[in-house]
Amino acid sequence: MNEIKQVSGTCIPLILDDIDTDRIIPARFLRCVTFDGLGEHAFEDDRQQNPNHPFDNAKYQNSSVLLAGRNFGCGSSREHAPQSLMRWGIKAIIAESFAEIFFGNCTALGVPAVTASSTDVDELGRRVEADPQLEVKVDLVAKKVTAGDFSCDIDILDSARDALLSGQWDFMTLLLENQEFIKQTAEKIPYLSQFA
Amino acid sequence: MSEKKNLFNKVWDLHNVGTLPTGQTQLFIGLHLIHEVTSPQAFAMLRERGLSVMYPERTVATVDHIVPTDDQARPFKDLLAEQMMSQIEKNCREFGVTLFDISDSRQGIVHIVGPEQGLTQPGLTIVCGDSHTSTHGAFGAIAFGIGTSQVAGVLATQTLALGKPKVRRIEVNGELNPGVYAKDVTLYIIQKLGVKGGIGYAYEYAGDVFDRMTMEERMTVCNMSIEGGARCGYINPDQTTVDYLRGRPQAPQGADFDKAAEWWLSLASGPDAEYDDVVTFDASDIEPTVTWGITPGQSIGINENVPTLDSFEEDDRAGAQEAYEYMGLEAGQSLKGVKVDVTFIGSCTNGRISDLREAAQLVKGHKVAPGVKALVVPGSQLVLKQAVEEGLDKIFEEAGFEWRAAGCSMCLAMNPDKLKGREVCASSSNRNFKGRQGSPTGRTLLMSPAMVAAAAINGHVADVREMMEPVGV
Repeated sequence: MNEIKQVSGTCIPLILDDIDTDRIIPARFLRCVTFDGLGEHAFEDDRQQNPNHPFDNAKYQNSSVLLAGRNFGCGSSREHAPQSLMRWGIKAIIAESFAEIFFGNCTALGVPAVTASSTDVDELGRRVEADPQLEVKVDLVAKKVTAGDFSCDIDILDSARDALLSGQWDFMTLLLENQEFIKQTAEKIPYLSQFA
Repeated sequence: MSEKKNLFNKVWDLHNVGTLPTGQTQLFIGLHLIHEVTSPQAFAMLRERGLSVMYPERTVATVDHIVPTDDQARPFKDLLAEQMMSQIEKNCREFGVTLFDISDSRQGIVHIVGPEQGLTQPGLTIVCGDSHTSTHGAFGAIAFGIGTSQVAGVLATQTLALGKPKVRRIEVNGELNPGVYAKDVTLYIIQKLGVKGGIGYAYEYAGDVFDRMTMEERMTVCNMSIEGGARCGYINPDQTTVDYLRGRPQAPQGADFDKAAEWWLSLASGPDAEYDDVVTFDASDIEPTVTWGITPGQSIGINENVPTLDSFEEDDRAGAQEAYEYMGLEAGQSLKGVKVDVTFIGSCTNGRISDLREAAQLVKGHKVAPGVKALVVPGSQLVLKQAVEEGLDKIFEEAGFEWRAAGCSMCLAMNPDKLKGREVCASSSNRNFKGRQGSPTGRTLLMSPAMVAAAAINGHVADVREMMEPVGV
C-alpha cells in the first residue's frame, strides 16, 4: 500500500460553494457496473453549459490538485464522484470544507482532501489563475500547502492523515485484521442473540 | 448504562469493535442494505481479493434507482439498466444475500422497504451505499450513508471505520399549524441551520412535534438530515416505534418482541443525557416551506418572498446569485404563482402511504391543470398495493395524474423519468441540485406532497392551506 505524504502538480481552481456530487458526476453516468471511464464525464453538465469551465480550460489540463470552496462534495454518497475526479487526474483536493461522506470516500481512494481558510483558498486561487503552471504542493507531513513563495496551513482529520501517511488508507486490510474482535462484539449485541 | 449517555453514544459504544491504528472506531454494523447502483464495484472488490460476505443474513438487497416505473418487462429497454439488474441478481445469488428483485412483492426504495419489513429497528447500526440511509434513524437506529469502497468493507467484515461525530439535539416544541407537514419541518430546520450546519454532527430530533409524529413522518425528517450536512439523524424510540414494528415480518415475534421492545425503549436518551449542542425552534413559526434555489437550504415559507442578495451573509451571496440565475427567479418575488411543468409525488422522502393519502385527499374532485405532467410513484410495491386497496390510484388517475410502479423515479432520474430542458418541477423529493432530476437545466422546487398536489391542480405554486377545509369553527 502506498504511503501518501505529498502530492504536487499544477492546480485547477473551482472556487464555488456547495458543489454536490450530482454536479461532479451526473446520475446518468451511474448506469454502470465499474468505475472505468468515469473520468471523462467529471462535471459534464456544468462544462456543457459553461464553455469557460476550468475543467475544459486548456491552461488547467493535466492538473493534479483541485481547489474548491465550502461544503465540496455534498449530496449523494456516490463514490463515483471522487472516482471520476481521480480518473480525470486529480490526486489531492484543497477546499474550505468537505461533506463528510465525500471526504471519507476520498480518503478510501488515497486522495487527500485537505481544508484551508477562506483567505488562503482565495489567495491560492489568484496565484494559480495568474500562473497556471505554478507547482502546488500539498504536504501532509508539514500540514502545509506551498506554491512558489506562497505557503499556508492546511488541516485534515488526524485519522485520515495518519491513514494516508502510513499507507493504511485502504481500510479493508485493517478491518479484516480484527475478525476475532468483530465476533466478540457481535456476541454482546442483544439483537444478534434474539435478546436472550 | 450511564444516564448521561444519549442514544447515539449508547448505540455507538455497544457496536464499538475497537480503535484502529488510524484512530477511527471500527463499528459493527447491524444491518447492511444494498442496491444496484453502489454495490457492483464492491462485489468486484470482494472477488478480486477472494473474500466472502461475513454476515449474509444481515445484508439485504433491493432494486430501486434504475427501475423503470412504466414498462418493467425484462430485459429492460435501457441495456445499461438491464446490465445493472442482472449484476445484482448474480451477486446476491453468488454471495448468498437476500434480494427483493422486481418480481418480489417486497421490492421498493431501499429506505422504504427496510422499515416496512421490520428490518429497521431501534438500536441497530445501519449502513447503505446511499446518503438517505439517515432515514432509518426515525427508529432510533444509527444509520449512515457510505461509499462503495466502504460497502465492500462492510460486506467483507460487517464493520465500518468511522470517526465519532458530535451530537446536536434539535428540539421543536409547540403545535404545527394546519397544512404544515414533516417535510416543512425538515426544510425549515435545514434553512435555519444551513446545508453545512450539520457537518461533524449526528442530529437528535426531540420535542413535542417529533413525539407526536407518526413513524412515517419521522422518516421524512430523518431522511433529510443529510441535506443539512449531518452524518445521520435519529428520534428516540417510544411507544409509537414499538407499535409500528409489532407484527412486521422481520421484527422479533411473540415473547421475543416484548423483550426487544423493552430493550429498544431503554436506549432512548434520558432526561439527564448530555449533548455537544442544543438548538430549539418553535413549531408555530413553521409555514408550508418551498425551496427557491439550488440547495435544500435555500427555502422560504410560502408567504415569504425570495430573499434579496443583501439579506445574505457576504459568503453566501455568490451561491444566492448562482441560484437566482439558474432558477430564473427574481430576488423579492413570491413563489406563489410560479408556473410548474411537472409535479412529482414519490421518493424515499415522501413516497409512503401517508404521503399518498394526504395528496389524494386534496386531489379528490379536482383536475391536474392543463399542460402539467403529474406523476405519482409509490415508494414500494406494498405502498402501491395498499394505495390501490384504498382506491387512491383511481383518485389520482381521475384527476389526470400518471400512476406508476414503485421506484426512485424522478428524484434522481436514473431511469426514464426525467425533466426535459428548463422544465420546472414541484417535487416531494429531497434535492434541488442543478440537473438533479435528469435535465442539466431542469429546475426543482422541493415541497411537501400536499403542496405538490396543490401545484399540480393549480398549475403553479400555491399555498395548500387555501385548498383545505377550514379547521374548527
